[in-house]
Amino acid sequence: MTIIYALIALGVLALVFGAVLGFAAVRFKVEADPLVEQIDAILPQTQCGQCGYPGCRPYAEAIANGDEINKCPPGGESTIKELANLMGVEPKPLDDAHGQEDVKKVAYIREDECIGCTKCIHACPVDAIVGATRQMHTIIIDECTGCDLCVDPCPVDCIDMVPLKPKAESWKWDLESIPVKVVE
Amino acid sequence: METLLERIQQGHFWDFPGGIHPPTRKELTSQHPIAEVPLPPVLYVPIKQHIGTIGQILVSKGEHVKKGQALTNGLNHLDVAVHAPTSGVVQEIKEHISAHPSALPELCICIQPDGLDEWREREPWADYLNYSKEQLLRRLQLNGVAGLGGAGFPTHIKSATNAEIEFLIINAVECEPYITADDLLMQEYPEAIIQGIEILQHMTGAKHVLIGIEDDKPLAVTAIKAAVGVERGFHVCELPTQYPSGGEKQLVQILTGREVPKGGIPADIGIVMQNVGTAYAVSRAIVADQPLIHRVVTMTGESIHQPKNVWALLGTPVSHLLDHVDFRPGLNQRLIMGGPMMGFTLPSPDVPITKISNCILAPSNQELPPESPEMPCIRCGECAIVCPATLLPQQLQWYAKAKDYEKLESYNLADCIECGACSYVCPSDIPLVQYYRVAKAEIKTQQQEKQKAEQAKLRFEARKARLERDKQERLEKQRKASEARQSTSEDSNKIEAAISRVKESATDKVAAAIARAKAKRQPTEDESPDNSEVIAAREARKQQARDYKESKQTGTEPESSPTDKKAAVAAAIARAKAKKAKLAEQSEATEQSKDNSSENASEQDDRKAKIAAAIARAKAKKAQQEDAESLGEENVEPKSNATDDKKAKVAAAIERAKTKKAAKEAEANAQGEAETQASDLSPEEERKAKIAAAVARAKAKKAQKDNDQGKN
Repeated sequence: MTIIYALIALGVLALVFGAVLGFAAVRFKVEADPLVEQIDAILPQTQCGQCGYPGCRPYAEAIANGDEINKCPPGGESTIKELANLMGVEPKPLDDAHGQEDVKKVAYIREDECIGCTKCIHACPVDAIVGATRQMHTIIIDECTGCDLCVDPCPVDCIDMVPLKPKAESWKWDLESIPVKVVE
Repeated sequence: METLLERIQQGHFWDFPGGIHPPTRKELTSQHPIAEVPLPPVLYVPIKQHIGTIGQILVSKGEHVKKGQALTNGLNHLDVAVHAPTSGVVQEIKEHISAHPSALPELCICIQPDGLDEWREREPWADYLNYSKEQLLRRLQLNGVAGLGGAGFPTHIKSATNAEIEFLIINAVECEPYITADDLLMQEYPEAIIQGIEILQHMTGAKHVLIGIEDDKPLAVTAIKAAVGVERGFHVCELPTQYPSGGEKQLVQILTGREVPKGGIPADIGIVMQNVGTAYAVSRAIVADQPLIHRVVTMTGESIHQPKNVWALLGTPVSHLLDHVDFRPGLNQRLIMGGPMMGFTLPSPDVPITKISNCILAPSNQELPPESPEMPCIRCGECAIVCPATLLPQQLQWYAKAKDYEKLESYNLADCIECGACSYVCPSDIPLVQYYRVAKAEIKTQQQEKQKAEQAKLRFEARKARLERDKQERLEKQRKASEARQSTSEDSNKIEAAISRVKESATDKVAAAIARAKAKRQPTEDESPDNSEVIAAREARKQQARDYKESKQTGTEPESSPTDKKAAVAAAIARAKAKKAKLAEQSEATEQSKDNSSENASEQDDRKAKIAAAIARAKAKKAQQEDAESLGEENVEPKSNATDDKKAKVAAAIERAKTKKAAKEAEANAQGEAETQASDLSPEEERKAKIAAAVARAKAKKAQKDNDQGKN
């Protein structure tokens, strides 16, 4: 008789826990893979596709699924380090097959040579080029991620990648110091 | 328990943690009155001398400006105007080396003084207390008043606070060694300073005014005390000399015992702090309508043989000031803008004085020996003892060296005021502050980049959504169009069916009629086929057979064979002739048809010629390119002996550049020709010429690409 009670008790417990877990699964459902979000937040969002994926998010998904973390040249060493921290793997040097880390650049259209073909506009992943058919195009520097994707489609080769000029606000101190000892 | 105010009245102040007592060396300059300096040949007025945004430039090259005339406007809330320091002519508006440790060129308005020093029209407000807060703030902004203490924060923003202000603190501490600019200002202009403080109190609505002065400036203290009088109720607080008691947070702590919360401003705890120099500038701007165009600068250091304070017009090159203080540079002479603790080495003496430059220090090598090499940290902990912000400088140093920015943030690097006390006491001569500055800048850039990445992501996603939406819209349109087509095609099917029915019946009848007509005609037409040849052949065969019979009957006589042969020959000749005639006929026919087609072809000829010409041009171009290539290769060959990748790349780059240049030149020539040929071309033709140029460029690019690919 006791064994029946025991079985009933266990069965009831199992049902209760099942109900609680089921409710929790519905109530506290995680919308997307949070790991992908975290990786995506680390990537530089240039959407340049140098990693071989069409944008930063697809690459983030690929990393979450076990792809290498060293395929992002715009992010460079610091991004690899952060990704290594997040993924719990050893940082690796940047994979040369995908390009090399470079100084920050933005695209610049030589406006008198532009023929207004709109090809670069279609190529820009962040809509940083303004212009219309047969009208001169120009680049919004603040929005340009320097992804390089507009350079190739240009039929007249009028887009240059120009290094960003350092400004006083973005300037980094060098270590040349002023000694503060005063000899008496 | 005494109240806060009682404590202040009795001169019992609090202390801040840490702090150092470096030799002050203020006696070099504190006894000399503020001197005037002659006008420099050119003034370089930077259009940005404060924290915030820059206004629009109001003057242009060649324009004559009067003293105090606004050079930029202050439309935005964060704008602070700059003004012409004296009357003269705007020589140029160009980039000039800036008064920033980076020395990056900044936009400056270069003014050549005319020596007249002619003021613009001014409108003094002697009864300043009758004006509203907004009017006063606006005037401060238009007269370009920014904090003169060191950061250059716009005064009109700081004073516009709506928080309930208990204390207005006037910072006259001037704790950094050597500097006496505020000291002298207080000695010479105490009334104007008190006026400025009254205006500031009026604007902020502060209940109490505290004036903090270090006790190493007795003359300034007496002057201010005399100017304040009794009825105003300002508290002049003499503080013990200690570095860095002039730091904003430190002074708040010394005077009120309160601490400014992390990441907050003094207004959060009911306090506004202004520099004493700012108070003077405020009084000048409001009462006399004099914009901020000059300031007191301490010229000191052992390489300067007449150390003193001078009134320097903003924009005066440091070299000009040095000319008037008997500056005798030593070996490896350094010039420091600011004090020895927080200043920075000037990259060039041409740097202009700005609103925030309070001191030019030209030390001898004995005074400030050149930097000694950095030695390893011995973990003595001195730096942590002197840090006024109670940070852990050595920990910060490790993380700054390791570039571990997360750790740095968790160790509150942002609270570092960069006072340099830690570097001062470090027995290993580690330039700690420099490490923190580098790390801070790096953290700032990273934050900016993160922000930019976030923005890029948003834009990317917005674009993706837009493309998707466009696609859906297109599909929807297509679907609708096809539906519409289908519905109309059903109707048209019916119509077609009807038409075909009509047609069928009609054709049936016609066909029947034709058939009938044919049937009628057939008997006559049956005879018409031309069988004459066949008949002739039959006749010929019959003839042959007859001949054969005859020859048999005659019993194979050799004589008969010649006639037989002759006939055969004649027949053959006839056949040949017929054939020839036929051929002739045929060829005639083809010739006729050819004539017809050649008429069409003459039109195509032009095109063919054109194509040929184009091909020829292309070939010529290719040849030219090859020439250029070979030239490039020749040029680079001696260098490329080594198997360097880099060199190959350089060579490729040169080639590319050359081909591009050639293409450009060709283009330019073409354009030039086009222009000379028809300078009054219609716009359409011009456009055509442009298109041609573009096509040429495109071709050049393609050719270049092919080349590149070939190389790869």
